[in-house]
Amino acid sequence: VLLERDKRGVGRTDIISTVEFNHTGELLATGDKGGRVVIFQQEIENKSQPQFRSEYNVYSTFQSHEPEFDYLKSLEIEEKINKIRWLPQKNAAQFLLSTNDKTIKLWKISERDKRPEGYNLKEEDGRYKDPNTIMSLRVPVLIPMDLMVEASPRRVFANAHTYHINSISVNSDNETYLSADDLRINLWHLEITDRSFNIVDIKPANMEELTEVITAAEFHPHQCNTFVYSSSKGTIRLCDMRASALCDKHSKLFEEPEDPSNRSFFSEIISSISDVKFSHNGRYMMTRDYLSVKIWDLNMENRPVETYQVHEYLRSKLCSLYENDCIFDKFECCWNGNDSVVMTGSYNNFFRMFDRGQRRDVTLEASRENSKPMQVLKPRKVCAGGKRKKDEISVDSLDFNKKILHTAWHPQDNIIAVATTNNLYIFQDKVN
Amino acid sequence: MSEEVQGTTSSEEEMEDKVISPEKAEEVKLKARYPNLGAKPGGGSDLLRKRIQKGQKYFDSGDYNMAKAKMKNKQLPSAPAEKTEITGGHIPTPQDLPQRKTSIVASKLAG
Repeated sequence: VLLERDKRGVGRTDIISTVEFNHTGELLATGDKGGRVVIFQQEIENKSQPQFRSEYNVYSTFQSHEPEFDYLKSLEIEEKINKIRWLPQKNAAQFLLSTNDKTIKLWKISERDKRPEGYNLKEEDGRYKDPNTIMSLRVPVLIPMDLMVEASPRRVFANAHTYHINSISVNSDNETYLSADDLRINLWHLEITDRSFNIVDIKPANMEELTEVITAAEFHPHQCNTFVYSSSKGTIRLCDMRASALCDKHSKLFEEPEDPSNRSFFSEIISSISDVKFSHNGRYMMTRDYLSVKIWDLNMENRPVETYQVHEYLRSKLCSLYENDCIFDKFECCWNGNDSVVMTGSYNNFFRMFDRGQRRDVTLEASRENSKPMQVLKPRKVCAGGKRKKDEISVDSLDFNKKILHTAWHPQDNIIAVATTNNLYIFQDKVN
Repeated sequence: MSEEVQGTTSSEEEMEDKVISPEKAEEVKLKARYPNLGAKPGGGSDLLRKRIQKGQKYFDSGDYNMAKAKMKNKQLPSAPAEKTEITGGHIPTPQDLPQRKTSIVASKLAG
């Protein structure tokens, strides 16, 4: 696996908060805590040669969201971009949805590589000519210019969420999308900003009775009527929009039974699902909780078909992880293009990959200090206790401030994007 | 003879104590440090409600805009100087402070 460095500037608010490839993998979008979106474009060198290497360079940067103030509650609304989702490409322009805690925006990213020249009534700098000086007419022409990439906000979907938006998901019908906050899920039409339909509402009449919140939601990749949402109690509900207008009643409930004798104060907290993702083929879904990644067969509700331990050695550190709030970290997970490998992040800038077919897993590190560009990454190993072997890292020396929460996998190729706190790393399979 | 039997039994008990799950051991640690922590597992709705309401409260919008303006003025001279000035004189705005999640652990003063 090779290493590439990105060209983002490093600044205080440049904490990356989301990473997403578009549907072809040619574009990679990142959102940050400062409300900015940076889009990278893949430039392929020598694709004809067997050892082609692709590089991602900055394509467009724009300010998506600004900090706002909620006058009614006297609370600040962060400009941090929680999620970015690309729309499938329909014409020359690219579209993406970006959201902060309260407002979703549809952005159009278009290229301009020609400009008009030779107007009759205007000078080149835009000033209007005195009509009396015009002696002849000419036809203006379009001449090539340096490529300019423009981002413009086309829709603003606001005022539909009382609580903080954690997910957005574009429907396979390419006309609608959902947005989910802690207690509600809304359905929008991409063309209509002044209305949205509420399709899930789990707010109890009395907030004192609140036991569960929505943590993530996603539409099925092919079935436009199906979506899932995960909860803080470790359950996933699959809903069918054909069944009723309000999908409070689930069609399927996915939950792994728990051994009551193993229950502790931490059980519910670590079972909270931080991310849910359908497989590309639409037959499975993957969930991420604090210590593991689980693969569920959509046809089997009573337990996952596969469970992978991400960092089981943290189970004996839960007390300190609770005290420093790390136990509430929301890790994301992703599938590779053919659903054979899944990936998720961990601490100390480590990230993990699980090969489902070959039953192998690997721990890698995204760090400038420990590997150079174009160098194959060395697998890492954490020593849980006892004798630490050479090259192993002990649990106590892990840096819990270096967390990899956001990762993304190219839809077709073995190219991955891994976000550490401030930096974006792009890794590619070594082709030989 | 009986001494030997006793010896085995006590070491068996020791072994059983060690076999307690690491999670439960951590829970014991936590309860020792924070005896007032919610009786319900996971802290119950208190934890969730804290999760739902994040964000710094201001007295009103004037307060917020004043704080933003003050931070902007203070940022002009030099970036490192402002770090020490953040506490005390004014309320910083979100973009000037590293995010710190509010602690879920109840203070010992809370009933």
